[in-house]
Amino acid sequence: MAYVTFQEIDFRYGLPGPLIIRGFNLEVRRGEFMALVGPSGCGKTTVLNILAGFETPTAGEVLVDDRPVRGPERDRIVIFQEPDSLYPWLTALENVEFPLRVLGVSRSERRARAAEALRSVGLQGHEAKHPGHLSGGMKQRVQLARALVLEAPIVLMDEPFAALDAQTRLILQEELGQIAVRTQRTILFITHDIHEAIFLADRVGVMTAGPDSTIKKIVEVELQRPRVRGSAAFGELYEQINQILSEEVRRVLRREDSLL
Amino acid sequence: MTRRGAGRAVHILGYAVSVAVVLGLWEYLSRRAITPLLFPSPLSTLRVAIGLAAKGQLQADLFASLGRILAGFALGSVLGVAGGVLMGAFRPVRLFFEPYLQFLRFLPALAWIPAVMLWVGTGEVAKIVLLAYTTVFIVALNTMVGVTRVPRNQVRAARSFGATRAHIFFLVTIPATVSYMLTGMRLAMGNCFMTLVAAELVASDSGLGYLIFSSRQWMQTELAFIGIFALGVLGLIADQAFQAASGWLFWRYDGGSLGRTTQ
Repeated sequence: MAYVTFQEIDFRYGLPGPLIIRGFNLEVRRGEFMALVGPSGCGKTTVLNILAGFETPTAGEVLVDDRPVRGPERDRIVIFQEPDSLYPWLTALENVEFPLRVLGVSRSERRARAAEALRSVGLQGHEAKHPGHLSGGMKQRVQLARALVLEAPIVLMDEPFAALDAQTRLILQEELGQIAVRTQRTILFITHDIHEAIFLADRVGVMTAGPDSTIKKIVEVELQRPRVRGSAAFGELYEQINQILSEEVRRVLRREDSLL
Repeated sequence: MTRRGAGRAVHILGYAVSVAVVLGLWEYLSRRAITPLLFPSPLSTLRVAIGLAAKGQLQADLFASLGRILAGFALGSVLGVAGGVLMGAFRPVRLFFEPYLQFLRFLPALAWIPAVMLWVGTGEVAKIVLLAYTTVFIVALNTMVGVTRVPRNQVRAARSFGATRAHIFFLVTIPATVSYMLTGMRLAMGNCFMTLVAAELVASDSGLGYLIFSSRQWMQTELAFIGIFALGVLGLIADQAFQAASGWLFWRYDGGSLGRTTQ
C-alpha cells in the first residue's frame, strides 16, 4: 500500500509558462528507498519540493498517508544539496538541536538526543564546531543527523552528495545505506548518479526530459544488501537505466541543436 | 619569537617608520618651506596640546564629542536596525518606506543643519539628531538587505521542522542578519565623525569640531591640527573598539570564522 502518492501532478512556475511536470504519478511504499534520476532540468527537485510542501502543484495532489500535502510539516525532512541550510551561527550540536528547540523539547533532552544523532552519523568529537569549520561531507552528515533527530518518517534528499569528492561520496553512500536499513525511513532521493541510485534504492524512477516531464520507467532494484558495485547484476541494472536515461538526454541535445 | 610574533613586529615597525618619516617631513616643511604660523611644526603642536591637556580642555572637548557620537550613533543604530528588519521582513512596510530611505540617504546631514536648529534649537539634541540621521539610513539599508538575503534553504529547513513565522523570524532571520547590521553600523560610525565636525562647527562651545573651528579666531593653527589629530585618533580607536566588541559579542554570527567554539 502506498504511503506517498503523487496523483496526476502538473507544475509550472507562474503564468504563462510551459509545464515543467505533466501528469506525474508515483507511489512510494512506507519504509521504501525511492531514487529519482533524470536529465538536468527535468524537474526532479521540483517533485521533491512539491512533496516537501515548498511548492504547490498547478494540478493534481500529493498524499502522505492518505492526507493531502498542504505545506511543509515535520513528517517530511529535507536534506539539501547545498549545506547552506545549516545555521552558521550554531554549532553542529546546536544545528541538530534546532528542530527539537522548535518543538519545545527541554534543553537537557534535546542536547542528549542531538549528541546521539551526531554520534550515529560518526560526528562525535565535532559537536562544538561551527559549519564553517566542517568539511562538505561533515556538513551533509550534520544535515542527516538533523533529519534523524526529529524521527520524521519521510526524508527527502536532493542530490545530497553531488558536491562532495568521489571518495567521501562513496563513504557517505555506504553509511546512508546502513542508516536507511536501520531506521526504515521512507526516502525520496534525487540524484544524477545511476550508480548511487542502484546502490541505495529499492526502486529507481527514471524521468523524461523536460518540459512536460514525467516518470518514464520505474526499475526495481532486487539486489541483496549490502550491494556490491562491481557485480554482474549491478552492471546489468546500470546498463538498463543508463539506456533509458541516454534516450532522454539525447532528446534534450537534439532539441538544443535545433534551437542553434 | 614565533613566526606570527615576528610578523607582528615587522608590521609595527613598518607603521613606526611611516609615522617617523611623515613627522620628519612635517617638521622640515614647517621650518623651511611654509610659514610656521600657517603650518605649525609637530613639536609646537605637541607643546600646545600638552598645554590644553594640562588645563583639561582637550579632554573636555574629546569627551564632549565622544558623548555626542555615542548618543547619536546608538539612537540611529537602534532605529536603523528596527526599521531595516521591518522593511526587510514585511513587504508593505518596505514599499511604504523604501522611497524615503532611498531619497534621504543621499541628503547629507549638513543640509539639515539649519532646519534641525530651527526645530530643536542649537543644543545637544540638535547634534544628536544629526548624528542619528547620519547613522539610521546606512544601518537600515544594510539590515534590510540582510533580511532579504537570508538563504532560502535555511528558511525552508526551519519550515520543514514545523517552525512558526515567529520562530523563523527570531531564530533564523535575525541571527542571519547580524553581520549585515554590524557592517552597516561600522560604515555609519565613520560617517558620524564627518557629521560631528559639521555639527560642532555651528553653535557649539565644546567638542573637537569647535576646537578646530575656534583656531581661526586667534590664528592658532595648532588648535586646528590638534583637533584634527584627536578626531582621527578617536575615530581609529572607536572603529577598533567597535570591531573588537562586535567580534567578542557576535563572533558566532560571522559564520564562526573567528575560530572560537562554545566548549
